Amino acid sequence: MAEKVLMKGNEAIAEAAIRAGCMHYFGYPITPQTEIAAYMAKRMPKIGGVFLQAESEVSAINMVYGVAAAGFRVMTSSSSPGVSLKQEGISYIAGADLPALIVNVQRGGPGLGGIQPSQSDYFQATKGGGHGDYRLIVLAPASVQEMADLTVKAFDLADKYRVPAMLLADGTMGQMMEPVELPEPQNSNVEKPWAVRGTNNQRKHNVVNSLYLKPEILEQTNFERFERYKKIEENECIYEEFMMDDAEYCVVAFGIAARISKNAVIEARKQGIKVGLIRPITLWPFPKAPLAKAAKQVKGFVSVELSMGQMIEDVKLAVNCSKPVNLCNRVGGMIPSPEQVLESIKNLVKEAE
Amino acid sequence: MVNFKRITLFAGHYGSGKTNIAVNYAVLLKNKGFNVKIADLDIVNPYFRTKDSAELLNKEGIEVISPSFANTNVDLPALPAEAYSLVQNKNIYAVLDIGGDDRGAYALGRYRPYILEENNYEMVFVANFYRPLTTTPQSALEVMREIEEASQIKFTAIVNNSNLGNQTTPEDIVASDIKAKELEKLTGLPLIFTAVRADIADSVNLENIVPLVLQQKYFDIKE
Repeated sequence: MAEKVLMKGNEAIAEAAIRAGCMHYFGYPITPQTEIAAYMAKRMPKIGGVFLQAESEVSAINMVYGVAAAGFRVMTSSSSPGVSLKQEGISYIAGADLPALIVNVQRGGPGLGGIQPSQSDYFQATKGGGHGDYRLIVLAPASVQEMADLTVKAFDLADKYRVPAMLLADGTMGQMMEPVELPEPQNSNVEKPWAVRGTNNQRKHNVVNSLYLKPEILEQTNFERFERYKKIEENECIYEEFMMDDAEYCVVAFGIAARISKNAVIEARKQGIKVGLIRPITLWPFPKAPLAKAAKQVKGFVSVELSMGQMIEDVKLAVNCSKPVNLCNRVGGMIPSPEQVLESIKNLVKEAE
Repeated sequence: MVNFKRITLFAGHYGSGKTNIAVNYAVLLKNKGFNVKIADLDIVNPYFRTKDSAELLNKEGIEVISPSFANTNVDLPALPAEAYSLVQNKNIYAVLDIGGDDRGAYALGRYRPYILEENNYEMVFVANFYRPLTTTPQSALEVMREIEEASQIKFTAIVNNSNLGNQTTPEDIVASDIKAKELEKLTGLPLIFTAVRADIADSVNLENIVPLVLQQKYFDIKE
């Protein structure tokens, strides 16, 4: 077993990325994710990697585009307003079928918002974000350990399917400290025959591009891409079930909201309420099947979010509106307390009776 | 820990636990009967600050001086004018919580002339050997030198605050003591105490243990 160390969530992302073979980081500082860049600035020069503070988020994401096209593991990180700036580049990367990791340590919005934690970029992360038809694989960690583990997972999935992946955390996850067992260093020896890094006069040159002159061809590449998305939905959905076996009510929450909800579920159980928790770990693909299954068992759902209610739409779709789905939320950098979640569970019970 | 200096500064690698140490140390001083004030001079960390303990500290009769925008929605690391009162008013015992690393220590620059002139201070390096960039005495020493370079104040003492958060075992702390002693030797500075989470403090068989009361957070899972 590897030694445990005490890390901030942001540091864990950075160190895990390096151990996943990411030797290229491009970013621009923004609270509450700046520790990722700071850590990379310290570590990359020591291991022969590249840390580059770009002149803006827009240039950072385009540097990511370039390194991804060359077939190397690459990442950028930012927080909500900065990730908005990156959206054009992300769409290009998706349109060029390139693997890359984008980290969003969310803060309150819209606009400049504030530096306190939030989950209100759920729509942007899971529904595309930039222009055109595309998806990102979106992973939502709920502990510092998962910040590390899911960073590695994100690189692996991105390479496997040639899609950009996003790690969607929030300010609390980025700033909190927990013990973590770091992943073993790996060489990312994934074959990338499409990469543009010189032909050595041995083969026809590769082209990485998102522009298609003929609409028929563009349509076809969209169709093919969505076949891949279908495979991702079939094979890569991850979620956690907690106390769901005999549950009559179900809380749905991810990231920091799931941790708070867990405490509320434990407390509700003590008070005799049979409630469980489903925690989506991949937000896209969204765990529709376990929720549809739960809908046959429970009397209702509570979606706990640090947003005005974004994931709740996916929950309603997953259960086909067969059961009531209530919202429990705080926004603008505020965080629901376990007591508030417990109160929402009790209200759901009251409504169901 | 015999000689309490008028000003005690806690600095170190970020995430080494300076804030928890500073808060607990302020309470300890207060309990000895001193008139204590604590200042949050952290210009690096956006969350989890001294101000989070303001209620507890105020109840103990300890005044908390925080950056005006601490715990708000802006990241504006402006230090409050009141912080000068700590270095200038010789009737109080001051505890200063400095931001992490050399970047955090730059904030000390403006207070340095007063601190050095009065020369009644302890500049304490808080070490956590379970932090990945300071797992060895040598790497901790490197951070110490960077902080001294930035603050232009030399360290005078060391505190061992090695921990793995809520998973810390007494064995973890005892194991770190070897490194703390090694750092003592490397620097020639005294290890003035080892900080241990209060609930396991009795199980740690080391000299000079200070039990720490830690802030509980809403997302600490209670299972």
